[in-house]
Amino acid sequence: MAATYQIDKTVDAKGQTCPMPVVMLAKAIKDLKPGQVLAVYATDPGAKKDIPAWANKTGNTLLETVEEPGLLTFYIKKA
Amino acid sequence: MALDISQNSNVDQLVRERVDALITQRFNELVAQRIADAFKKDPAQNKMAIIASKGTLDMAYPPLILASAAAAMGEEVEIFFTFYGLNIVRKGGAKHLQIAPIANPAMPVPLPNILGMLPGMTPMATWMMKTQFFAKHHVAPIEDLLQECMDLGVKFIACQMTMDVMGIKASDLIDGVEVGGAATFIDFANQAHVSLFI
Repeated sequence: MAATYQIDKTVDAKGQTCPMPVVMLAKAIKDLKPGQVLAVYATDPGAKKDIPAWANKTGNTLLETVEEPGLLTFYIKKA
Repeated sequence: MALDISQNSNVDQLVRERVDALITQRFNELVAQRIADAFKKDPAQNKMAIIASKGTLDMAYPPLILASAAAAMGEEVEIFFTFYGLNIVRKGGAKHLQIAPIANPAMPVPLPNILGMLPGMTPMATWMMKTQFFAKHHVAPIEDLLQECMDLGVKFIACQMTMDVMGIKASDLIDGVEVGGAATFIDFANQAHVSLFI
């Protein structure tokens, strides 16, 4: 079970395939202030690697990935 | 290595050698550090250059998906549309992109060529790819991907030479496409860490 975070924004990328999860994430995180947390919901299995790669490249922090059957949840903190 | 100052006449020489050795060592350390820092800040790591030269439905996806994913990761991306790739950025071009089943052994549903050449087979294969292949798996259509790319700041450049050769005018292209030549692309590609020909 994920630790509880104060979520400032959610991105619903369920049903979306590459490249949409990272594209939606990039657009959504623009409006956040540094330190705020965003939750991304995705069903695309590719997102499991894509989201961490995105975080690594952009310098944002991937706090946690939660894998449930049929749903991936990512908690990202804006740098 | 301590100095042996028992021989005064050699002191100058010894000091000089010692200082040389220390300076060289320190200098090499500093230079290596500077180089490592410079590589970390290398702007080329943030640039991707793509040439889109194909105009079939299946080949329109790779440049746009890669460009939007890279742009989402903060990269500066330029796509150079040339030859048949210009069809992707023509007004109304995106929805008329097709795929022909004839002589295309890589098609997901292989079809004998003798059937593939019948009238109507290309539109049917195109429809099947659009609905059964892409839409069914929630892959965005080309028009949407073009918009996503532009929203993320991907630069679209249309090749002047192939536009002239194919009789395409700048006004035939969608908004937001610049026109340039090979040198325009090469100038950007020279600074890009990733250059792709699709």
